[in-house]
Amino acid sequence: MKSKYIEEIIVKILMALSLLAVVGFAAGIVYTVFHRGWSCITWEMVSSLPGGGFYIGKEGGFLNAIVGSVYIVAASTFLGLLVSIPVVFYLNVFLKSDSKFAYVARLAYDVLFGIPSIVYGAFAFSLMIWLGLRTSLLGGILVTTLLIIPILIRSMDEVAKTFPRDLLDASYSLGATRLETMGVVLRQIMPGIATATLLSVGRAIGDAAGVMFTAGFSDSIPTSFSQPAATLPLSIFFQLSAPQAEVQNRAYAAALVLTAIVLVISLAGRFIMHRFSKNKI
Amino acid sequence: MLSDFFKRHVRFSVIEPDMDDLLHKEQAFAPDVKFRHPDAGARLEVRHLDLSIGTQQILKDISLQIPENKITCIIGPSGCGKSTLLKSFNRLIDSVDGVCMRGSITLGEQDILRSDGADLIDVRRRIGLVPQRPCPLPMSIYDNVAYGCRIHGIRGRRQLDAVVEHYLNEVGLWDEVKERLRESATGLSIGQQQRLCLARSLAVEPEFILADEATSALDPQSSKTVEDLFVKLKEHYSIIMVTHTLRQALRIADYVVFIYMGEIIETGNAGQVFHHPQHELTRNYLSGVFS
Repeated sequence: MKSKYIEEIIVKILMALSLLAVVGFAAGIVYTVFHRGWSCITWEMVSSLPGGGFYIGKEGGFLNAIVGSVYIVAASTFLGLLVSIPVVFYLNVFLKSDSKFAYVARLAYDVLFGIPSIVYGAFAFSLMIWLGLRTSLLGGILVTTLLIIPILIRSMDEVAKTFPRDLLDASYSLGATRLETMGVVLRQIMPGIATATLLSVGRAIGDAAGVMFTAGFSDSIPTSFSQPAATLPLSIFFQLSAPQAEVQNRAYAAALVLTAIVLVISLAGRFIMHRFSKNKI
Repeated sequence: MLSDFFKRHVRFSVIEPDMDDLLHKEQAFAPDVKFRHPDAGARLEVRHLDLSIGTQQILKDISLQIPENKITCIIGPSGCGKSTLLKSFNRLIDSVDGVCMRGSITLGEQDILRSDGADLIDVRRRIGLVPQRPCPLPMSIYDNVAYGCRIHGIRGRRQLDAVVEHYLNEVGLWDEVKERLRESATGLSIGQQQRLCLARSLAVEPEFILADEATSALDPQSSKTVEDLFVKLKEHYSIIMVTHTLRQALRIADYVVFIYMGEIIETGNAGQVFHHPQHELTRNYLSGVFS
């Protein structure tokens, strides 16, 4: 009896320590970024383009990277959802639960899920060379879309799999078509879609390797899809690689902006998710 | 003069109740929604239905005519094919892998087993379903009832309001929920949810209602409420009910179908089947030799 009690205490302590480690890391990262970034961030930095010699400590800002990242993330999330929602519907509503095709498709998405973004970047880069294309905003958007599609599909699929089949019958029994029934499915898996979108936005905005080859880098804001675009992670990378301490500190300012964007999106996402899951059964 | 008066009086006395009845029915069916099929009042009939799933035969040579405006209870031991038969009526059985059906199920002129596309949608609208466990759609109470009307093209706000109020009243839920129509249907108790599902089915104006052990997940009080509702509703609908509870069948059935191992053993009026069963198996089942 006593040993059982001790076991329980040990497990509880281990669980608390794990939780503490995770929260501690998160807090540590946020603290470092805020501590170092806050002291050097200025309005000019987030509102202006890099001037000549910005990367050796002269004036300017990284608005190009903020706008580039927002363009790439927004467009790739939109495209990603456009592709992955129909896939999830097909896997869960149209195919039978023991379908072999669904099994193979899920396996393929798992493989894609595990491929590092640099490989996506290299693959897209070789494709671009073959097609004679240059680094561009469109290239960055496409490779980021490819990168997040497996994340979107796998996380939505996990939620859609738990979808009660009774709901389908309830809808069909009223004379609804499969397309109309999808509306019901969509409402039910909406929290799943929100979570998946959050995860993929986090991944897309933080990815540097994929966009390095495809979107390139530019000191101006792209005005068309064919122009190269800067991204925040690459901006951080270039500034951190500079030998001057002042430039390195600016990297933390950029990191602060990146973290703030992710935080805002996460909080907004949670709020929206809460609203959508109101009617979920 | 006097004879004229008598003639008129006599004619009125014959016609009046009919007109009343008709008006009453019209009102009870539809607050401005005209879904009712031109073929309304058609008979639901099963002829020589064989159904197998994979290599296993579930139903054998089922022939049955569903009596109008009555509660037909399908009884039988577990796994005898009751629910399968019920799901064949509106073809929800299609979602099961490897189903093969022979024979025919007809609704008036329409052959249900050979219906497809728009015809199948029509069949499903005409034969409503109340599921075993209440299954509200992931939307508000109002939208749950309005859903069926919306997918069949009724979008007018006023008309939908009338439909929702009418059918929530019909299932005795209006007074309980009228203040929170916009709230999620999942906030209702299980019994209320089941009545909501019934209202949702009624809102597309079916002629038949299929109930698959519709009270098995409910507490005794809610179960009684739903049972009473069925008894009230049979005035306008023909109800086909699968039940596991013999007492329930005894309480509300007008017509009974006893199935054993996929075959119909005995059918007849409730009184006759329950009190004077003709077949040995029925007698054994009713006396609890097997269940």
